[in-house]
Amino acid sequence: MRYQTDRQRVEGLGSAKDGTHEWWQQRLTAVALVPLAILFVVPLARAIGADYDEVLAIYQSPFNAIIAVLFYLTIMAHLRQGLQEVIVDYVHGKATLTTALLANTLFTTLIGVIGVFSIAKIAFGG
Amino acid sequence: MADVNRGNRPLSPHLSVYRWMYPMLLSITHRITGVGMAISITLITWWFLALAINERYFEVANAVLGSVFGGLILIISLWGLSFHFCNGIRHLFWDAGKGFELETAWRSGLAVIAGSIILTIIGILVAQGVF
Repeated sequence: MRYQTDRQRVEGLGSAKDGTHEWWQQRLTAVALVPLAILFVVPLARAIGADYDEVLAIYQSPFNAIIAVLFYLTIMAHLRQGLQEVIVDYVHGKATLTTALLANTLFTTLIGVIGVFSIAKIAFGG
Repeated sequence: MADVNRGNRPLSPHLSVYRWMYPMLLSITHRITGVGMAISITLITWWFLALAINERYFEVANAVLGSVFGGLILIISLWGLSFHFCNGIRHLFWDAGKGFELETAWRSGLAVIAGSIILTIIGILVAQGVF
């Protein structure tokens, strides 16, 4: 069976070769998020709606702060990759697709940086 | 000219040829909950930012998330996370080549639905200070 299209034959392009990298990355972050999600959500569920001083105390605990930072770094890598998969499936046209992928990277980076910065500032008592 | 010869490649039949089964619903729900949680984490991040800025701003964000409407969004987010969490573990088993038998896949699907509801209830109890 001939798998190659005319275009592939003319351009001399073979497989992308590194196609499994993103798939693997998404599984690694998924596994890491199993414990991280639980450890992040439990103090968060207690904190939302609580008093200002109480919430500060929760996130000034080194354990909660470190978990929260780890959670943010991991979830943003996982979210960027996941959203990218959805975008690639549903968004068509080179310009629109590129714009959507760029917006995705900007969005997830921004939310991640704001999250990590905020938690660091709270933890360091600023 | 465009890429006329698409090659003699096997093509996957279109989705609509399949009889509708609930595992398909679980599959698309995994995506929907994943995308939906982008909104949830944005809201939570806004709350963290408010906490980092000052007490007055925090009181605003805390009141929004603590309101009936905010609570509803948080409970939906909690269910979305619980579902994505359980179904994600189901996917990890599949990635390891386990649980592909039709009966197992149907049963694990039911376990995901049950698990997502149980985790949501546990989450609500934690938020209420029961645990």
